Amino acid sequence: MLRRVHGKGSMNDPVDVLIIGAGASGAAVAWSLAETKMHILCLEQGGWMNPATFPSTGRDWEARFFGDYSPSPNIRARPEDYPINDDNSPIKVVNFNGVGGGTVMYTAHFPRLHPSDFRVNSLDGVAEDWPIDYDTLVPFFEENDRMMGVSGLAGDPGVPPRNPPMPPLPLGRSGTMLAKAMNRLGWHWWPSDTTVATVDYEGRARCINLGHCTPACAQGAKASTDITYWPAALRAGVELRTHCRVREITTDEQGMAAGVVYYDADGIEQFQAAHVIVLACNGVGTPRLLLNSASGRFPNGLANSSGLVGRNLMFHPYAQVYGYVAEETDSNRAPPICLWSKEFYETDLSRGFVRGYTFQFGRGVGPVAEAVASEAKGLLPWGAGHHDAFRRLNGHRLGMSAICEDLPEEHNRVTLDPVLKDSHGIPAPRIDYTLGENTARMMEHGIARAKEILAAAEATDICVNSPILYGGWHLLGTARMGEDPARSVVNRWGRSHDVKNLFIVDGSLFVTSGGVNPTSTIQALALYIADQMKQRLANLFD
Amino acid sequence: MSTDGPLTPTQSDDLRAIAAVMIPASTEFDVPGADDPVIQADIVTTLGRDACLVREALDELACLASAPLAALDPARREAVAMELRAKGGAAVETLTRVVLQCYYRDDRVVRSLGLEPRPPYPRGHVLEDGDWSLLDPVRARPPMWRRA
Ligand SMILES: Cc1cc2nc3c(=O)[nH]c(=O)nc-3n(C[C@H](O)[C@H](O)[C@H](O)COP(=O)(O)OP(=O)(O)OC[C@H]3O[C@@H](n4cnc5c(N)ncnc54)[C@H](O)[C@@H]3O)c2cc1C
Ligand code: SF4
Repeated sequence: MLRRVHGKGSMNDPVDVLIIGAGASGAAVAWSLAETKMHILCLEQGGWMNPATFPSTGRDWEARFFGDYSPSPNIRARPEDYPINDDNSPIKVVNFNGVGGGTVMYTAHFPRLHPSDFRVNSLDGVAEDWPIDYDTLVPFFEENDRMMGVSGLAGDPGVPPRNPPMPPLPLGRSGTMLAKAMNRLGWHWWPSDTTVATVDYEGRARCINLGHCTPACAQGAKASTDITYWPAALRAGVELRTHCRVREITTDEQGMAAGVVYYDADGIEQFQAAHVIVLACNGVGTPRLLLNSASGRFPNGLANSSGLVGRNLMFHPYAQVYGYVAEETDSNRAPPICLWSKEFYETDLSRGFVRGYTFQFGRGVGPVAEAVASEAKGLLPWGAGHHDAFRRLNGHRLGMSAICEDLPEEHNRVTLDPVLKDSHGIPAPRIDYTLGENTARMMEHGIARAKEILAAAEATDICVNSPILYGGWHLLGTARMGEDPARSVVNRWGRSHDVKNLFIVDGSLFVTSGGVNPTSTIQALALYIADQMKQRLANLFD
Repeated sequence: MSTDGPLTPTQSDDLRAIAAVMIPASTEFDVPGADDPVIQADIVTTLGRDACLVREALDELACLASAPLAALDPARREAVAMELRAKGGAAVETLTRVVLQCYYRDDRVVRSLGLEPRPPYPRGHVLEDGDWSLLDPVRARPPMWRRA
């Protein structure tokens, strides 16, 4: 129920739990907390997606990736997006703002962090250990696999045992060629875990190989949280208010979070009081909001006595390498997800760097994407030779990316841009990021190994994108968890060291990045934190 | 200047001329050139947010050519087009992309590539399962992940 205050804003009845952000982690935490029957409200700056308008329903399906379905919020520039100044970064931030968050536009590669990722300092003497370990998260990984619906194959010697609820995606032509090449080299490969449904699953139709999974799946086969967690959370009584952009979190005289100031769908300023606030705005949105919540009591931003809010930003720089084979590949006629390799995941100092990377193999791209990329690489002549060259390239691409572990470095950070603002006048985030030396050596290693794989597959015309420019899809580390309040922003169960009714559940929590796509681990962490909150309800603020 | 389109008539003529240099028609592959009227109409009507950069690229082209591109002899036309391509930059990349993205969705071109001219949804595609015995040597490996 709304009440007008001061003639300019409105005051809403207080809620028990206020979640900010309805993406991967916000949805998971909302669903898990729903069983407490508390009044739970989620505020999300974007709206519900309409699959009937997704790019794969129209003939301009590829072109829209360069426009209203670009992964870059700066290019996409929908009213729901906020701008990001990433000029001072060789990797540009990509995301999606709406119900489902980044999962609307993710590629659905779904590996978990490895046990060693939680103990990098003890094992390799770099960065810091996590305050929790892999085993703590196992029940939550499993719960999340069921809720999101994971396809994959048990028995992989490259990762700890797990049992995906659905069979893996077919190998197809591309997978077969890559598998043969990997076998020739004697290197590990396995069909990737993915949240693409390979059979009908919990009301979701199975994948029919539209091949355009990243800019949203019109079939509903790819698990975005708007079609997985959210329907279940709403049925369980959670309230979700869309087109509500939070400007700042306010605090009371005790230094506890009192509520948030936000702009509703009509652009009207509102205040929402809450007993508990949970941040799920991702590794850029969360530090932005904390820094925008500076006050007399918290002059450096909320929950920032450590000075680490916004610092230690990790991206997972991608070294992408691809070439062209004589045989036809699956190209765009299948999900891009295919195989992974853990051959170079765990530390081997003889390689010249610590930690490691996953290879994520792809199946190829559609004709427009091929033409645009080949033009940029100088592979596509203008004039009479164009058609012949294009036919050798199109439908013949085979490639992979090394997802490299990025170590936390404090100078890689999110701050507030002094000039740039979003459509509500809220200061926008600014990114300052440089590639670390260890990461750069790892990327070189990945490129060299990828070239060997492509040589084994008899591919030619090798192309390298390192780092992928618009590859800032994994936003991690900017409000990390830890035992020591001087070295971390939240404790081992996601509660702010400084503000005892403020929690963080998104990718900002990561202490180190591992060398895998993070969403499975982000969601497992969100479920773990929700579980911790449920167990401590009686003394949550002690 | 025309008021009902994103490009002036001169810009439209130059766009058509440079598109023909990029992708000429081919009898061998039975495809039109990128200067084909249907493809040109598609480019112009869907310019949308790219219009500004495309106009910028066409202005650069006009500067280099100092005359309508179509009026130059073929050798000079090609030389000017290549000069623009070599200059590069966001505007030129956008111009090239809008030509490519409309050319490679034209029904005739898509068919000549052996593909069906339709959106991916709702029919999708068929993906062959492949030979899972390829995994046998990998299955035989001992666990590789590091216990911690
Ligand atoms: C193109 C692309 C491909 C990707 N591929 C993969 C992949 O294959 N595998 C993988 O694991 N990951 C992938 N990712 C990353 C994945 O999407 C993210 O890891 C994941 O979504 C992060 O979850 P989160 O909960 O931290 O934040 P998000 O899912 O980003 O959710 C944050 C939400 O908060 C909302 N929000 C932010 N600020 C405010 C505010 N002030 N007020 C109100 N609402 C706000 C946003 O609108 C958004 O909906 C990909 C991402 C992209 C963009
Ligand atoms: S390939 Fe499958 S998951 Fe991807 S968009 Fe198509 S139906 Fe959806």
